[in-house]
Amino acid sequence: MSYINLFKIAIKAIMSNKARSFLSMLGIIIGVGAVIVMMAIGQGSKESIRKELSTMGTNLLTIRPGADMRGGVRLDPSAMQTLKQADYEAILSEAKFVKGVSPEVTTSGQAVFGSNNTTSTCYGESPDYLSIKLWNIEEGTGFTEEDVKKSAKVCIVGKTVVKELFPGGQDPVGKTIRFKSIPFRIIGVLKGKGYNNWGMDQDNVIIAPYTTVMKRLAAQTHYNSIVCSAVTEELSDAAIEDLTAILRRTHKLKESDVDNFTIRSQQEFMETMSSTMDTITIILVVAAAFSLLVAGIGIMNIMLVSVTERTKEIGLRMSVGARGLDISNQFLIESILISLTGGILGVLFGGLLTWGCNAIIGYPAVIPAWSVIVSFAVCVAIGVGFGYFPAQKAARLDPIEAIRYE
Amino acid sequence: MERKVVIELRDVRRDFQVGSETVHALRGVSFKIYEGEFVTIMGTSGSGKSTLLNQLGCLDTPTSGEYLLDGIAVRTMRRSQRARLRNRKIGFVFQNYNLLAKTTAVENVELPLMYNKEYNARARREAAIKALEAVGLADRLEHKSNQMSGGQMQRVAIARALVNNPAVILADEATGNLDTRTSFEVLVLFQKLHAEGRTIIFVTHNPEIAQYSSRNIVLRDGKIREDVENHNILSAAEALAALPAPQDD
Repeated sequence: MSYINLFKIAIKAIMSNKARSFLSMLGIIIGVGAVIVMMAIGQGSKESIRKELSTMGTNLLTIRPGADMRGGVRLDPSAMQTLKQADYEAILSEAKFVKGVSPEVTTSGQAVFGSNNTTSTCYGESPDYLSIKLWNIEEGTGFTEEDVKKSAKVCIVGKTVVKELFPGGQDPVGKTIRFKSIPFRIIGVLKGKGYNNWGMDQDNVIIAPYTTVMKRLAAQTHYNSIVCSAVTEELSDAAIEDLTAILRRTHKLKESDVDNFTIRSQQEFMETMSSTMDTITIILVVAAAFSLLVAGIGIMNIMLVSVTERTKEIGLRMSVGARGLDISNQFLIESILISLTGGILGVLFGGLLTWGCNAIIGYPAVIPAWSVIVSFAVCVAIGVGFGYFPAQKAARLDPIEAIRYE
Repeated sequence: MERKVVIELRDVRRDFQVGSETVHALRGVSFKIYEGEFVTIMGTSGSGKSTLLNQLGCLDTPTSGEYLLDGIAVRTMRRSQRARLRNRKIGFVFQNYNLLAKTTAVENVELPLMYNKEYNARARREAAIKALEAVGLADRLEHKSNQMSGGQMQRVAIARALVNNPAVILADEATGNLDTRTSFEVLVLFQKLHAEGRTIIFVTHNPEIAQYSSRNIVLRDGKIREDVENHNILSAAEALAALPAPQDD
């Protein structure tokens, strides 16, 4: 029998049992809807993280002391103090694919102005820092190499610090605040960046020359990290290679020694974040996919009922010349049609949920086009997979018994 | 003139295994049916007539012996080959009509041609309409099966059996569910088809019907007990006319 006729028969069979057909579709609708919305949330999160990270500079390179920590191995504490001034100077004078370098020393503490105080983090940096991080000054100026040399007690502050310490709305520039009881003169105010994806307030910062922070606040001779920016994003890998060679030399590492520092690019960080998001998405989608499995079993169940109900019809069709293949095709197409229709409605349902996510909760969910295609493919697979057994059962009926079935 | 043999059975046996026992439903049946014959096959229940009908209809194959339908040996055929043979050579008429529910007369009649790739949608419909005209239902083409009387449904079923222009029409108690008048109407139709040269096999337990056919085979205990030609075929049309007029109240 031609496929057009098989489709007509299937549509007729589905339409003559509307409620039952819809109920067996419902599982697919919910399952596909759930998969779509989970994928949309995963994709949306990934995109917003990417957007976020790119505002922090996509060619950012971060050098940290100690070997790659991603394995979770505990480090020798002395290894954490390996980044020193010699490294910074070597990078400054020799690094080829780097356009800005800043040692970084951080310390947290209380900032005080008058009767107001706030807890903040002080970042000791070089003047290059703002350009590396693509950060601009809204008011006042940044500090200079001169300030670094003199370990000047000057700082640039973020919006949050301004809000907390100057609630009256005075101009902070020129005022002197105390951080961990050391007085710092505010010479500039940073533009607001807001919260990042992990809920961290990026504006709750005080940036001062690294020399000042090292000597006057942290009392340490090593850096917590060194940040630099590659000339272009594409040159990040070349820059990492170059920096690795420089640092291995300044650290006097032998061939056989592993790096006692780690250089990570923003891209790498982005990839790590994406792969974390991917893992979460996969877990969610797998959970949703289980509901599709259950839905498939529901379809199989209803198809078995349908085969039993239509035993007489099958017997008749066989006696007028339908082959087993014709019969099994008829039932397979019916189950595919049920699951595919469920899939289409499920995609619409998922679209609605995604829209709800965006419009009502405000979560940035984006449906990836491929997830729709995959959903349809999965639905066809469910139709075939779970329709196969009932279809085979129908095809194997003995026409003699089937036609006399009451 | 040599008549064409449509059906030939040579010592056909059919055994069934019921538990540990072997039931011999057919114990060596041989006969030939020629083109244009109207044969009734009679027998009580348990005589093997249903088994014989399944054999003739290619729904089953003999345990031993040979069955030739229109010259084709059926015994060694695979399931799908027999399905094709049924589709091309046989028209079934069942006791309980077996029409598809919620389906129009034309669509019901088209059914066998659906499984024949040589017919496209148009040819199918044309053939179905022609068959329905032949059974006197030209005015009921688009009626659904649940909108028709028993006699009309059986005529649709006969049209369905005719539509593929089969070598033989196999009727299984085709008048069993009908009242006397409608039974005669259906018999009139079978006689008309016979007169047009169709080969008909009518399986029944009703001895009355044998009088309207050209040959009568009686089966008992899986063997042929009687096989006689009927030289005095009664007219079903006359019998129908002789019936008391239906009471319309």
